[in-house]
Amino acid sequence: MDKRDYDVHPPYLYEGYKSTIYRSPTQSLIPVASMLKDVTMPAFGESVIRKWDNDLTKNGRRNGEPIGERIKMSGRVTDEYNRPLRNVLVEVWQANSAGRYIHKAEIHDAPIDPNFLGAGRMLTDEEGRYTFYTIKPGAYPWGNHYNAWRPNHIHFSVIGRQFEHRLVTQMYFPGDPLFEFDPIFQSVPKHARELLIAKFKMDWTEPEFALAYEFNIVLSGSNKTPFE
Amino acid sequence: MEKLRNTPSQTVGPFFAYGLTAVQYGYDYTSIADDMLIGRDTDINRILITGCVYDGQGKVVPDAMVEFYQADWSGKYRSVPLEKDRDKFSGFGRLGTGTQPDSRFTFTTVKPGTIGGQAPHINVILFMRGSLLHVYTRIYFDDESTNEKDSLLNLVPETRRHTLIAKRSTRTDITEYRFDIHMQGENETVFLDVKN
Repeated sequence: MDKRDYDVHPPYLYEGYKSTIYRSPTQSLIPVASMLKDVTMPAFGESVIRKWDNDLTKNGRRNGEPIGERIKMSGRVTDEYNRPLRNVLVEVWQANSAGRYIHKAEIHDAPIDPNFLGAGRMLTDEEGRYTFYTIKPGAYPWGNHYNAWRPNHIHFSVIGRQFEHRLVTQMYFPGDPLFEFDPIFQSVPKHARELLIAKFKMDWTEPEFALAYEFNIVLSGSNKTPFE
Repeated sequence: MEKLRNTPSQTVGPFFAYGLTAVQYGYDYTSIADDMLIGRDTDINRILITGCVYDGQGKVVPDAMVEFYQADWSGKYRSVPLEKDRDKFSGFGRLGTGTQPDSRFTFTTVKPGTIGGQAPHINVILFMRGSLLHVYTRIYFDDESTNEKDSLLNLVPETRRHTLIAKRSTRTDITEYRFDIHMQGENETVFLDVKN
């Protein structure tokens, strides 16, 4: 069995991230891959995507444009053999440029942007590609430990056709000085952390409009699926 | 060919609601799924499945996100895409635990049929702040005699099997099942490794 794809994931229990202590399973998982052969997740049709769902600079506007650095995010969703995964539902959500989430329970003392919701969704195309425009999110403080700050990040939720493809993750920006202090980022094995960091793409930037970053997503199915 | 490494998982965090469950939480955005796995006007035998998520200190988790995925009454998984306008059976549901006073989730669905020789069951994917990697589990039903021969249940040590079985309650107006999820403790729910 190929253990490698599990090696990139964080453990359930990571003590530096305190909330894991009472929320992580303590017993071994029961291996059931051979019983899931017929389980495919539903595909999503184009109708679930509305016109500005992939443009977070537009889909929350009330009386003007959102404040902050406009960016374009794009990448491919593939399997581990680099084959495109089409019609994958990619959902994203994030803080605004001041590091404030619109969520009602959020108490960080930074301004809400009335023209920015911070949520979007799209389906991957024939090449497995997704693209969205947004405002670069700011860092924000949280209560894990004294003076704890999250690096700038965008949350991703991905639903592919295989049950095992389900992924929720966070994408980070290159060179963030908070990486070494953030237990959520650090929970990923050292060798795999680079997989969560977008790449700056000068050739994708849109002159006088937006900088661009690339973030590719790799999903694997069951190790029991014969391929070779 | 060198295999590409998978993208690592990270926690869903505490602030997913306006992106993933916006309508349920009253945000000005749409949702791709909710508490209904069947159409609202569907004239089929609907059931409710309700429960709470408990942490290792026995406290309810008010910021989890629960996804249900299941086959229809004849044991078939959905084969056509989900669209904005729901049809008779979507088979996919999603709820946060932050809108009911006791942090419950309650899904409306139909009991699935027998699936490829396995007893009727619902797949559950669970996310929450404090969970760096989501967990999978399954709901079986306590009024199904086929449970005894179910290949997955038989992999589970007998003393833990009860954690996968929803209990039918005595409500008269609608059939309701209770399914609580315990992350830790004496009744720790059995979680599944779907890749191995």
